[in-house]
Amino acid sequence: MSKLPPYTTTGQRAWHYTFLSICALIFFFLIFPILIIIPLSFNAQNFFTFTPEMLALDPAGFSTKHYADFFNSSDWQNALKNSFRIAPVATVISVTFGTLAAIGLSQSHVPFKGLIMAVLISPMIVPLIISAAGMYFFYSRIGLQGTYIGVVLAHAVLGIPFVIITVTATLIGFDKSLTRASASMGAGPVRTFFKIQMPLILPGVISGGLFAFITSFDEVVVVLFVGSAGQKTLPWQMFIGMREQISPTILAVATLMVAISIVLLTTLELLRRRSERLRGMSPG
Amino acid sequence: MTSNSSSDAFVAFERVQKSYDGEILVVKDLNLHIGKGEFLTMLGPSGSGKTTCLMMLAGFETATHGDILLGGKPINNIPPHKRGIGMVFQNYALFPHMTVGENLSFPLEVRKIGKSERERMVKDALDMVQMGDFAGRRPAQLSGGQQQRIALARALVFKPELVLMDEPLGALDKQLREHMQYEIKHLHESLGITVVYVTHDQSEALTMSDRVAVFEDGRIQQLAAPDDLYERPENAFVAQFIGENNTLRGKITAQNGPLVSVDVEGGLQVQALAVNCGGVGEQTTLSLRPERVSLNGDGPNSTSARVLELIYLGDHIRCRLEVSGDDQFIVKVPNGAGQKHLVVGEITPISWQSEDCRALDF
Repeated sequence: MSKLPPYTTTGQRAWHYTFLSICALIFFFLIFPILIIIPLSFNAQNFFTFTPEMLALDPAGFSTKHYADFFNSSDWQNALKNSFRIAPVATVISVTFGTLAAIGLSQSHVPFKGLIMAVLISPMIVPLIISAAGMYFFYSRIGLQGTYIGVVLAHAVLGIPFVIITVTATLIGFDKSLTRASASMGAGPVRTFFKIQMPLILPGVISGGLFAFITSFDEVVVVLFVGSAGQKTLPWQMFIGMREQISPTILAVATLMVAISIVLLTTLELLRRRSERLRGMSPG
Repeated sequence: MTSNSSSDAFVAFERVQKSYDGEILVVKDLNLHIGKGEFLTMLGPSGSGKTTCLMMLAGFETATHGDILLGGKPINNIPPHKRGIGMVFQNYALFPHMTVGENLSFPLEVRKIGKSERERMVKDALDMVQMGDFAGRRPAQLSGGQQQRIALARALVFKPELVLMDEPLGALDKQLREHMQYEIKHLHESLGITVVYVTHDQSEALTMSDRVAVFEDGRIQQLAAPDDLYERPENAFVAQFIGENNTLRGKITAQNGPLVSVDVEGGLQVQALAVNCGGVGEQTTLSLRPERVSLNGDGPNSTSARVLELIYLGDHIRCRLEVSGDDQFIVKVPNGAGQKHLVVGEITPISWQSEDCRALDF
């Protein structure tokens, strides 16, 4: 921590430490509930609480049996498979349409830009339960309710706003004369998009895709409405587990999901930084 | 090199109009013929329509009215990427995620030129701008001047017949800019390409061009070779815009042959060459170059002036005088042996030839 400058008044000093305490509290409230599940998931007992053995750090108090439970239970394995069947496909759809929408909305000649943007972003703003109920009635009518495609589409809709927002932010820094330069050298619009624009806005596309993936991977409300037993995802299975048998297997799954999220975030962040570095090397 | 009929023009603007909002015309009835191999500069203040004209030629803007012809064929309906026109942008527009070599290779890949041929062409183009050792660098690792050269090489590498340049030297410092002006001019001469160059810098326009089109208010005010433009401006705007200029306003009292007598505001009577002025009784703007005024009293037009300010500029001294009530009258006195040295506050005789004083529109 940097030293306070010598001219700091007592009031400023007091505020400085208050500020640090507030920050610490915020971090505590954000992270502690997540961190606490990690040791609990190694509980040797079928309880949601710390046993005296665990608190005494006795090795007998810990076990990986809940993890074994997760990997051996067909219910959990099906849910895992479903999650990995739904999230990547929903992500691809979100990224494709979200990126195209962001590029379209960045053109100066598009009318009603604000309105179109508001409609596309709305799944992020409208309460999830309302979107879910709406989707349920709509998808039932057109025969998508309870189907794999229905869930994928619903999750894609939820992911699109994230992609639009991150890609739009990257496009602000995109120099339009680059696409003109590309055209002046004879490249058609498609080649210009893939060779010039896409590599330069990739950081935004990647972060958007990451958010879209996590949205689908963590989502429970919409899938409950739109999906059927065949599309039972991990969060759904956890929800059932919480209601029906309070088993620490849920904690093991939660820990695994936290781990997956961290790994994903880290790798993609590294990738993003790499291409950001290239993009930052723009002339001028 | 110049061509004035549309049949042998390489690039032709025929009655071109452009409006962005459907009401205000930013380009008004433009007619311009550019010959093959010509270096034509569009010069004008910002908002004069020059860049819009260039963008219409490149295909990034569409003409609201009229035709643009390239090699005798209308190109209004040809998209920019099929026009085969090279372009250098104001901010260079180098692709930051590609190396210099990849930047230059891009237009060749588009044209499906083989790898070995491509490498040879890239190398030739880089050598041409003395950047042969830089193929592996990224644009961000280059200085502004180097990026400029790469942008130039990239616009030339696919051997277009027409190259457009949109204020390409605007971001460079003065010395580098002057150096690049000569380099571009030499490249133009050695390659025999047609260049349409846009700038707001008149010295750049005069240095490089075969002909200069002076734009103002969406129209070409004058289209002429640099020396004509400077020595024989056709209207008050061009006289004022190109080079330094003394302006006197007055009323025409008599006309005798090519000359007119003008009563200048403030009581001075002068003879001037009638270029673009009305008849007797009309108002006119007189244009007189500062270097055409001499500090002696013998000549058809002579008067006395009070010295207000002297600025030492090395090769010459810039004197601000008060003449006939106008206190912005500039005279350039060469800094040479035998020249008269003025003192602020002194009254000095001045004179000029009637032919050097041009009576223009009011």
